Parts: sequence; C-alpha cells; structure tokens
Amino acid sequence: MTPRRPERSEAKSRDLFVRRRKTGPSAALRATIGRRSFLAGAVTVVPFAAQATPEVLAAVIREVTGDAPLREGRVTLDIPPLVENGNAVPLTVKVDSPMTDDDHVKAIHVFNEKNPQPHVFNAWLSPANGQARIATRIKLADSQKVVAIAETSKGEFWSAHTDVIVTIAACIEDVT
Amino acid sequence: MANVLVNAPRTAKKGQVVEIKALIMHVMETGYRPGTNGRIIPRNIIQDFTATWNGREIFRMRMSPAIAANPFVSFSAVASESGIIAFRWSGDAGFVAEHQVAITVT
Repeated sequence: MTPRRPERSEAKSRDLFVRRRKTGPSAALRATIGRRSFLAGAVTVVPFAAQATPEVLAAVIREVTGDAPLREGRVTLDIPPLVENGNAVPLTVKVDSPMTDDDHVKAIHVFNEKNPQPHVFNAWLSPANGQARIATRIKLADSQKVVAIAETSKGEFWSAHTDVIVTIAACIEDVT
Repeated sequence: MANVLVNAPRTAKKGQVVEIKALIMHVMETGYRPGTNGRIIPRNIIQDFTATWNGREIFRMRMSPAIAANPFVSFSAVASESGIIAFRWSGDAGFVAEHQVAITVT
C-alpha cells in the first residue's frame, strides 16, 4: 500500500504537468518573464559584487611585472589622503629618472584596490618626454589603496602606494 | 566635435621640457551605474589618448572607467623642433576627437 501511494501521486503530478503544458504558451511565457526579471535583478547586483579585491590587484600587478621583482621607491604618487568626492580625485605620478635613451621610464601603470575594475590607466613614455610626470583625475568608489608602478627601459619595476579615504563614492550613485 | 581645451606653450627653447595639458568634455560613463529606471547605463568611455609631435608619438595613455568625467591629462615633452602637437582621443561608440596646436622652438 505504501509503495502505491507515491506512484499514484506521481501520475497525478505528471497529469498536471501535461495539462499545464497543454494550456500552454501563456504559462510558459509567464515563467520566462519571471526568470528574465529575476536575471535583470541579478545583473544590477553584479557591479557591487564584482569589485576589485586585493587578490585581483595583486594579479593585475603580476600581469604587468611578470617574474621581475617589484621594488618600492623612485615613484612619487601624489593623491589627497582624504577625498570628499570620489568622482574626481586629482592624482600625480612622478618618477625619478634621467629619461635618457639608456635609462628612461617606459610606462606608468596605476591600479586600485576596490573600484569595480583594478585598472585606472596605463601610460607609455619615452625619452621625448624629458621627465616622467603624469597628472590626471580619477574616480574612486571607496576608501582604498592606489598603486602606481613605473617600468624602466632596464626592465626594472618601481612602485608607490597610497591609502585614500573617500567620503562620497563614485560609480555607485547616479548623480544626473 | 567634442569640446577640447589644450594648454601648451606657443614658444619654447630647444631642449626645454614643456608641460602639456589636455582636457576634453566627455561623460566617461562607467557602465556600472544604474540609471533612474534601474537599468545599468551602458559604458561610454574614452579608451585611448595619444599625442604626437610632428607625427612622432610622444605620449599614449589607455584609460579605464576609473578616469574621471571630462578627462584631464598633463604630461611633459622635450621641445625638439618647431611644428605641430596633435592630440587624438578615441573610445566607445566610435568616439573620435582630434585637436592640434602649433609650437615654435628656437
């Protein structure tokens, strides 16, 4: 008796399933719409989950440096330690280099820790620049670490980092 | 044509290091922000910025969504010869802007 009951209910549910399939497209459509709006909801959550993390930061730095050692020094990263508005943070990177044909800075890379993406910018320089100095304005989504890396023509990597406190974050709110 | 503001000296002595500043009006929409309807506003950024001195590239920068709106870039260059400093910005949705300034090197 006990084994029969589940059989019967199974058949019943199969029946129901068939009937539902027969009543057809509207029900199926409703299901897909439900799923779609759920997915859309998931998408809006993603940017906050997909923040760059210290591990991601370390990974992108390794992508740039490869196996070469990354040393602290020579690079000056000027960025205010306390930022009121993360939408436009002034940033200056200076590298102590003679900028001659034999010894110059080839590239400057800036990364961050907690924006949705770790990259801020990559810039390529040559002796034609005379001095290795770049200033720009960046967005910061949170209080975090900003790292600048200089790649020299000798294949050395020098870096500097700064911790920045941000009171109004960029990227998240729609200011328009 | 996008609104561009470039600050570079008109004249320089040969061998002098001059500072060049370039600003362009652009939203630099990150692609991470929901708009008023709750949908993500599609990404629209400038990806590349290059500067050439008489056709020779002196500076190139690859930008990410983390560059602030109306990207401002300042860099330096050795005044080598009289001529034209040309700037080019390109990015999402086929965005391209170009600008040039003349410089006399004595």
